[in-house]
Amino acid sequence: MESLGNLGTKIYDQLDNGQFPSIYMPSRSTENIMYDKQLRQFILGERSVRRSVRNIRHVKPFTQLTWAAFFSNELTTQRKTSTLRDVYYSAQAYEMTFQDQQESNNIITDLETILGVSREDFNIFPEERSAVFGDLTIEYTVPGYEGKRLNLDSHPDGVLIGPALTSSEFVKTTADKVIAIEKGGLFTRFIEESVHKKYNALLVLTAGQAPRATRHFIRRLNQELSIPVYIFTDGDPWGMHIAMVIISGSANAAHLRELNTPDAKWSGVWATDIVNYKLPTDPLDEVDMKRLTELQRDPRYVDPLWRREIKTFMKIKRKAEQEAFSRYGLTYIVDEYLPAKLEETK
Amino acid sequence: MAQTTFEEISAADFFYRNRDIAGFTNPSRAIFVAIRELIENALDAAESAKIPPSIYVRLSFEGEASAETQIYKLMVADNGTGIDPRHIPSAFGQILYGSKYKLKQQRGTFGLGGKMALLYGQITTHQPATITSGTGLAKIYMYKLMIDIQKNRPLIIDRKVQINKDQWRGTVVEFSLEGDYLRAMPKILDYFKQTAMVNPYANLTFVDPKGRLYRFTRITKEMPQPPKETLPHPYGVDVELLQRLIQVTPYHNMREFLRNHFHRVGEITAQKFLEFASIGPSKNPKKLSHEEIVRLMHNLKKFKDFLPPDASCLSPLGEELLKVGIQKELNPEFMAVHQRKPATYSGHPFIIEVGVAYGGEIPKTGNFIIYRFANRIPLLYDEASDVSVRVISAMNWRRYKVTPEMPIAILVHICSTKVPYKTVGKEFIADRPEVRKEIANGLREVARQIQHFMSRQEHVDRERKRLGVFSKYLPKIAQFSTSLAGKEKQPDIEKLLTSVKKYGAEEA
Repeated sequence: MESLGNLGTKIYDQLDNGQFPSIYMPSRSTENIMYDKQLRQFILGERSVRRSVRNIRHVKPFTQLTWAAFFSNELTTQRKTSTLRDVYYSAQAYEMTFQDQQESNNIITDLETILGVSREDFNIFPEERSAVFGDLTIEYTVPGYEGKRLNLDSHPDGVLIGPALTSSEFVKTTADKVIAIEKGGLFTRFIEESVHKKYNALLVLTAGQAPRATRHFIRRLNQELSIPVYIFTDGDPWGMHIAMVIISGSANAAHLRELNTPDAKWSGVWATDIVNYKLPTDPLDEVDMKRLTELQRDPRYVDPLWRREIKTFMKIKRKAEQEAFSRYGLTYIVDEYLPAKLEETK
Repeated sequence: MAQTTFEEISAADFFYRNRDIAGFTNPSRAIFVAIRELIENALDAAESAKIPPSIYVRLSFEGEASAETQIYKLMVADNGTGIDPRHIPSAFGQILYGSKYKLKQQRGTFGLGGKMALLYGQITTHQPATITSGTGLAKIYMYKLMIDIQKNRPLIIDRKVQINKDQWRGTVVEFSLEGDYLRAMPKILDYFKQTAMVNPYANLTFVDPKGRLYRFTRITKEMPQPPKETLPHPYGVDVELLQRLIQVTPYHNMREFLRNHFHRVGEITAQKFLEFASIGPSKNPKKLSHEEIVRLMHNLKKFKDFLPPDASCLSPLGEELLKVGIQKELNPEFMAVHQRKPATYSGHPFIIEVGVAYGGEIPKTGNFIIYRFANRIPLLYDEASDVSVRVISAMNWRRYKVTPEMPIAILVHICSTKVPYKTVGKEFIADRPEVRKEIANGLREVARQIQHFMSRQEHVDRERKRLGVFSKYLPKIAQFSTSLAGKEKQPDIEKLLTSVKKYGAEEA
């Protein structure tokens, strides 16, 4: 990759000129993270930090960073992929010990910040657990599979959103919407009940908080196929936030772009749904309530819909899971709730 | 003198009945004390003649006494002045007889220890002691002695005279005693090591009952100035001493009496004092009543114009010899020593010498190793009760960048005409405010010096680590960036590494 090579050349030239190598990068401290209303995501401000080898405390992290760049370069040129865990262990082969996983993760994030691209772009992937299902034909670009095509409805458990899928090209689809689902149980139910056919949808399982590769994948579906995205989560502050991160991104990824899908819709389960559908509930505990107060102060939660739902949660002090609809029969959620909400959030 | 209406017992009998107070409490302690007392006498004998001491000690196994104790023969030979043959029987066979009743710094204080050892040997084994002594003159005298405990008199069992054709000078004492060497061994070896530390001009040789040879070789012939004898200082007298002086004085008026029997009292001081105490200058001291003597003592203590005692009666080791001694026994990476100016407590002059040493052969024990000395005698028991230990534990060592986890040895030496021992066993120094203050000030001085050393050390360490970080990581940055940049040849980082070194030097 071009930018990894550039970084190397920059460091090499400084060394060759007898200078202590140094680099600037945007600061990721909380004071430098701000919400951009235009982009509808968090971004980094103007402030930047300098990492210089002249400073004894920077020597080791700088070396780790150079190594991480070197390692990523090896990965991309050899067209291999790796995980954060892999990075942590691979370092030991170069006598570049990281104190713990956290330290090596931080260095990878530094590298992302410097290059302005996410680690998936230099072939370091998270552990995959999310999946996609539905009528979308893709064409692989990974070594050994180049040109090979697959329709994503060919496996009834769904297809893992892994390195091969995220780097593939979208060829054709009949779907006219994306439905993202928080939980595996409901994802399977939707496939069994042929939601993809009944509603012409691609189904995405986020498996809790969506990994960055999945967020990027949802964005590509939204942008490249020009189809709307609807998100279904549990009816609690945590589920609500899963939807928000898909829509507006996270502060942790403020240094990156194109991970969010600003036009995606949170379709449920809302607090008002809990009331309207008389769902069986659990009480909100202290942690849930604390989370709600945090969300109230969050700049992403400005939309009247979100503010109304937070208030309702705080008023009813109850939460409900997606499975709660089963009290009206197993297919109620597909036959009644889903079409109603798709219509409501159109 | 107080008249006793009770049964009178001899001094020997008294110590026979109360041997605990002289340290002969159990078989292991007894053997340690016996060796210690005889070595101290031997060192004094050589030093008073300004001869660098060479002392040979042999302890040999004689037989089993009981399940726990054995009988040993102890032999101590010195190269001292030797003893006039006329005095040998009394010097070794009569308790409280001896040469140590004048005021000067000496190891023994009561002239008691050596004889207690012989007495202890006699009551545990019923064997006579053999004393051989030569003074460099024509003959060597050998006495076989026992002590008549009830009469406190020497019993001469045998006496031999030899021709001294080599003009030998010295004394050899040999006697049997009961003891427990195995248990006493660690203390005895400690005692030798520490004695060698503060007597670097002495040769010490010890052959133990297993035939093992321990040798502590002198590395200097320099010896400290021997002490001068002095008269008692007025602040330090008691009624008993006053009464004795009055008994023996040839002077018939108070002015002469004061001038001639007391340290730091001259014509004018005597005159002023007598006015202060309202005593007629021509009053005959022998006519003083008991009450007057008591009042005289109180007035001597109250009078402010006596000069403090001078320290010529003291013989400190001196900073140079202290250094040499520490070097010889501990071979430390760093040491600092300090000698305080003379000070006094209750009319007794004293000098404190301290030292602190780091690293080398000093082991890490998790605690400071404390060496205590009094008049060049190591003090090995009752450490916790000693004033120096209290001062050391009260000090904030962290301030001086020192922690007990480090290999640190601290040495405190007090020399005085009257060491303020808490017990006759001579094991620890009492907590006198004057003494405490001197020890504390001395320790602060050496602590400051070790603080400098530690700071320097820290700095060197930091620099070494710094350089280590650069030399570990710079080549890696070079290696990875070369590959990243797609270059063949690695950049030259030698210049940078050199500049790191220079940078470090500038900081220092």
